[in-house]
Amino acid sequence: MAATATTEAPVFDKSTWMGGVEPMKASYGKLMMWFFLLSDTFTFSALLVTYGLIRFSYPAYDPAIDGAFHFSQTYWPIPEQVYNSIPFAHGLNAPLVFVGIMTFILIFSSVTMVLAVEAGHRMDRRAVETYMLWTILGGFTFLGSQAWEWGHFIHGTEEGSVIKEVVNGQWLQRTIFGANLHENQYGPPAFADLFFFITGFHGTHVFSGVVLNILIFYRSATGLYERRGHYEMVEKVGLYWHFVDLVWVFVFTFFYLV
Amino acid sequence: MADHTIHHHDEHHEIAEPQTKEIWRTFIILSVLTGIEFIIAFTVPAGRFRVAIFAGMTLIKAFYIVAEFMHLKHEVKTLIWAILLPCIFVVWLLIALLMEGGSIFMLR
Repeated sequence: MAATATTEAPVFDKSTWMGGVEPMKASYGKLMMWFFLLSDTFTFSALLVTYGLIRFSYPAYDPAIDGAFHFSQTYWPIPEQVYNSIPFAHGLNAPLVFVGIMTFILIFSSVTMVLAVEAGHRMDRRAVETYMLWTILGGFTFLGSQAWEWGHFIHGTEEGSVIKEVVNGQWLQRTIFGANLHENQYGPPAFADLFFFITGFHGTHVFSGVVLNILIFYRSATGLYERRGHYEMVEKVGLYWHFVDLVWVFVFTFFYLV
Repeated sequence: MADHTIHHHDEHHEIAEPQTKEIWRTFIILSVLTGIEFIIAFTVPAGRFRVAIFAGMTLIKAFYIVAEFMHLKHEVKTLIWAILLPCIFVVWLLIALLMEGGSIFMLR
């Protein structure tokens, strides 16, 4: 046995240490991307679970007690009453329509990304470039939509919301418009804080995804992957991009719908 | 000029036909599910039942994104479990903290 072991000595060449070994039949880069995404899953889960915890610690809106729905500091708002505006249509009540459009933009950019990955498998450089450009466009459109939604949320409605507060020992009434980290016309300040944190953290991910996509587009357009002989980088960045879409599916349901 | 050289280069190797049927099928499933979620949001009264429907549909959408778009379904079994099993901790955190939130509400 010892004799055979000496003849079959393991070869520690450069490729072994540079990730040439493929555990679970996935390349080093792909495997690490998966584990990074797993850790990112925990981060996003923590944020969404925190939303659940804080929401459950506030009273829910009850028509029998509170009457017709209006924004109040005493109970958690109904998201569809908060996010009911679309661009270029001032005053129109269109609950969740804009968020729905954003969801479709992101799902569609996920499709163009997977089409780019598929084109990469066939070594079809032109198709990779085309689909990467569509994916980048989708990413920018989503970021722009989010910027509009943040702007609208921060500025608030025309009527605002009247709050009572104690100033120098006296109860005073004041109208507040929109939301920031300290006060929120739509409901408890924690609601606005969580909105900024969750959609902001997701938006940051979209932004870095767009940056990576542009890099991939540039490198495939200059022919680097063709010379390298494979388009695996498109696949790895694709994993990240799909993950961003996946997170949005959860944010859409548990922040906007529920 | 530049366009011409790229074109010339492409003709050197045969490019296989695109296989995009599965991709579009997944896209249609995701779109239809999102559409149904949208309809449910305005027809079914809010409550535990509606939250359960939403959670279920979200998990189905997540399955299609991870399995088809991220290709996890076609990976080795050990990789699939290495990714899925740690997510159990999330379920634990969710249950623990939602109960915690309810008890904070009772104490306020």
